[in-house]
Amino acid sequence: MSKKTDALRRFSGWVNGETAGHAAVHREAARIEHKKLLPELDEQQRIRLFSWQYKLVALVVCLTVVAVLLYTVFHLPLFGDPENPAVNEVVQRYVEDGLEETGAVNMVAGMILDYRAFDTFGESSVLFLAVTSVMMLLLRDAKNIVRDEDVQEEHERIIERQTSDIILQKVTSLVMPCIMLFGAYVVLNGHISPGGGFSGGAVMGAGLILLGASFGIDKVRTFFTMKTFRRITSTALLCYAASKAYSFFTGANGLETGIPLGTPGAIFSSGLILVLDICVGMVVACTMYGFYVLFSRGEI
Amino acid sequence: MLREIIGGCMIALGVAVFVTAVAGVYRFKYVLNRMHAASLGDTLGMLLVLGGLIVISGFTALSVKLLAIIVFSWLAGPVMSHLIARAEVMTHAHIEDECEVIERVDHI
Repeated sequence: MSKKTDALRRFSGWVNGETAGHAAVHREAARIEHKKLLPELDEQQRIRLFSWQYKLVALVVCLTVVAVLLYTVFHLPLFGDPENPAVNEVVQRYVEDGLEETGAVNMVAGMILDYRAFDTFGESSVLFLAVTSVMMLLLRDAKNIVRDEDVQEEHERIIERQTSDIILQKVTSLVMPCIMLFGAYVVLNGHISPGGGFSGGAVMGAGLILLGASFGIDKVRTFFTMKTFRRITSTALLCYAASKAYSFFTGANGLETGIPLGTPGAIFSSGLILVLDICVGMVVACTMYGFYVLFSRGEI
Repeated sequence: MLREIIGGCMIALGVAVFVTAVAGVYRFKYVLNRMHAASLGDTLGMLLVLGGLIVISGFTALSVKLLAIIVFSWLAGPVMSHLIARAEVMTHAHIEDECEVIERVDHI
């Protein structure tokens, strides 16, 4: 009851144009009143009561979620059942004609980068937009700078330089080439084996993050600066958009694309999929590293 | 047949090591002790389980990949533990209360 009157009083105060100070006085008075009304419980008792209630509620919530999930699982259709709603003419087309039409041995790559390339373009754009908005919020430039932060930054940089770890650096220089090579392999073989732009790009981005974490971001900045970042991401996205626009245009007008599909299984095959994979991989790698650096430093 | 038996024994041993590691993580209360227990599973448990799989599959492309996993986790795991331990030592103000400190070096 007192909570309600408190809220009412605050609301009427707000309507009457009271200043914050008055409202605070009111709230203080209400708090004291509220305390009087509460039964006299000491701190220990209240904590014990709370933890008991907390455990009970947590148990009930957990059991409910488990029950709901189990109930749902028992009502799911069997895996691979031909009667499933997902098994329709679309899947049949992908499985039967996918290799012939896209030239990709990896059917998933053929699906996401050929049949549904527009959707994948949207996903890459989402990543790009995400990193753009993070940049808008966190990038430290002439308009977004605080003196204290600068001092703190310098301090952190000194600590970082002093505490560089020789073990981490040696292992990084041992592992790093393998990681980058593996990422490039996954990207370039996206149409032949499992993998593709997203996973390979994530591997390469993680490699860049490892390099930044062990040798310091200044070291990475010798080859990867803001300029490189901008150029790579925008070029990759524009390249993706241009190549897909071309194939959409020709496809919609019933024209020949003139892009050879090649023999399935060869590295230069399956038309545009290789190009699109490289574009997506570049965007993903740059975005991952960009997030890490922007959140830790506020500049790339 | 013999390969399957040896491989199975190795996997069983590895799982036992993992169980020990999990028990240790719950048994100990302090970070460094817990890490000591957990790193057992990362290294020895992983080696035994993947080694058992290698023995079962024989000399194939699969076993080369498994070997690569072992090499990578043996490289990465100890370094990771080292970094976590270092962070704990550097940030804990009263580490002498928790364990014996021979000499405190500020930048290792």
